[in-house]
Amino acid sequence: MTPLLEVRGIDKSFGPVQVLHDVTLHAHAGEVTALVGDNGAGKSTLVKCIGGIHPIDAGEIVFDGKPVQVHGPRDAGELGIEIVYQDLALCDNLDIVQNMFLGRERRSGLVLDEATMEELAQQTLSGLSVRTVKSIRQQVSSLSGGQRQTVAIAKAVLWNSKVVILDEPTAALGVAQTAQVLELVRRLADTGLAVVLISHNMNDVFAVSDRIAALYLGRMAAQVRTADVTHAQVVELITAGRSGDLGLKNGVTP
Amino acid sequence: MSKTTEVTDEALIAAVRQPSIGSSARAYTERVRRGDMGALPAVLGLLVLCTAFAVARPSFVTAINFANLFTQGAAITVIAMGLVFVLLLGEIDLSAGFTSGVCAAVLAVLLTNMGMPWYVGVLAAIVTGTVIGSVLGGLVAKIGIPSFVVTLAAFLAFQGLVLVLVNEGTNISINDPVIKAVAQRNLPPALGWALYAACVAAYALVQLVRARKRASRGLVSDPISLIAARVAALAVLAGAAVYLLNLERSLNPAFASLSGVPVVVPIIVALLVLWTFVLRRTAFGRHLYAVGGNAEAARRAGIAVDRIKVSAFMICSSMAAVGGIIAASRASSVDPNTGGSSVLLYAVGAAVIGGTSLFGGKGRVLDAVLGGAVIAVIDNGMALMQYGASVKYLVTGFVLLLAAGVDALARKRAAAAGLR
Repeated sequence: MTPLLEVRGIDKSFGPVQVLHDVTLHAHAGEVTALVGDNGAGKSTLVKCIGGIHPIDAGEIVFDGKPVQVHGPRDAGELGIEIVYQDLALCDNLDIVQNMFLGRERRSGLVLDEATMEELAQQTLSGLSVRTVKSIRQQVSSLSGGQRQTVAIAKAVLWNSKVVILDEPTAALGVAQTAQVLELVRRLADTGLAVVLISHNMNDVFAVSDRIAALYLGRMAAQVRTADVTHAQVVELITAGRSGDLGLKNGVTP
Repeated sequence: MSKTTEVTDEALIAAVRQPSIGSSARAYTERVRRGDMGALPAVLGLLVLCTAFAVARPSFVTAINFANLFTQGAAITVIAMGLVFVLLLGEIDLSAGFTSGVCAAVLAVLLTNMGMPWYVGVLAAIVTGTVIGSVLGGLVAKIGIPSFVVTLAAFLAFQGLVLVLVNEGTNISINDPVIKAVAQRNLPPALGWALYAACVAAYALVQLVRARKRASRGLVSDPISLIAARVAALAVLAGAAVYLLNLERSLNPAFASLSGVPVVVPIIVALLVLWTFVLRRTAFGRHLYAVGGNAEAARRAGIAVDRIKVSAFMICSSMAAVGGIIAASRASSVDPNTGGSSVLLYAVGAAVIGGTSLFGGKGRVLDAVLGGAVIAVIDNGMALMQYGASVKYLVTGFVLLLAAGVDALARKRAAAAGLR
């Protein structure tokens, strides 16, 4: 099966600092790919390159078998790549429907088509089996952390997106809310989306992911099936870049 | 979350799910308790001030004084309406007062010195405002100078510009009957009632059609009782105002009759409806709120934040131009002080007293009208009490500070309640 999203040989520097070295990553439809790595390994930079926030210095992005150019968030959105950032990017002073359609409002003529937007938002949320949100006309400021995360994810899948990238969705959540969000992540993949999950939490990674991609100091140490590795091996990949036969062969000095 | 907040959450949610008069009222009190006071301080302030002035000076409650309130507050209110757009973004326009002065001077020069027809003068004044707004907005959005500094500089520079336009201090009188009518003439009483009926009917129709449409699609809609209550409230309040304004208020009716709704009132209502529509029903308005609430989120959602900012300043300065025209009409002249002295602070005060937040993301055009009414009452009442300029400045400064304080405290309270 060819991956839905594939990045090949990506280099990225900020001034004299090279953050990504020849990074390759693939994400398959219907699977959760966990992207792990220590602080500063380049996870967020890689995601921002895919999302068009940062231009890449070298390498290519292949989407659905075709090489594509991503020059901005709009391009990524048009391809069907949605990124849910850690800070969620929700407007507290707007309600759930308004946030979900922000920047892509439905209109009839000049006027906003509130009824259609409300219906679609409702459908999306029930399609994701979200029952924690009681009214979709609540202001986002009145939602809990888990509910906000849910809204941000629902916002990402509203657009018939094909790839959803989640940047540490559970980092700020409690136990019960983490479970809810992970369940939602799994459901996204089960509906046929390619999901990339950035996480620091090994429990989360092993709970939902099908594949694990480990970044080490800006290099892709390994991409493995979750079923083939142990907890300890992944930790080694994150901290040392290699684990037995897996990982970077030449050894990278920090 | 504690048990009590859960219960109150239920109240809010019930109101959103199946609203009725009772649940809407409960949800409203809950919002107020959490610090989201909206227009409440302005309405309460208005009641308190009116009562106090009515007791202290019986002349405050005469028909002629009631009509005066509208013409006195009109220019401030219109400038405040424009300021709401800039305040929504969390920015400020300190030059709005003198922008109105510059535009009024442009109008006066074209009408009186060059003999142009009134519509050319009005168009030129408003275009001047729009250009000023685009320059201010450009400096803020594209170059990134804080709006406080840009508009403070403009505040000084425009004082100079007004002086240039009025030849270093002359007073240009305006004799055009159309322009003078704006703030000095009244509608015939019958026309006042006709417009009143049209407004109430249109409001009722819009509410009913929306509720029917939503109900037919199975969405939560306002019950008929709530709509009836709203329409009745509007009908009673506006009806009382039209009735009072249609009373004969001339001291000597046989010599010259004076009655009817001042011409500025329908102008303000039209601007209120227009800008409320823009803010609440168009994508542009939605994006304004979004940029004010979280500019980074708006940027990531593909909203051109810079363009929104520039447009907000353009609207603000254009509305300042309209305010300047009204001020020029009321004074029948333009001098170096038009738009100066307390105009700007009154306008900012009006928006903030009405409930528009200085921190951005929260505010309505209606706030400017309510706050403008408060300012007009203070100004008018103090004059009737025969206080000097000193006391007037002191009181207005205090009221502005009070409004900003209420805003800041409400925000703190909302943060404590987890609303922000």
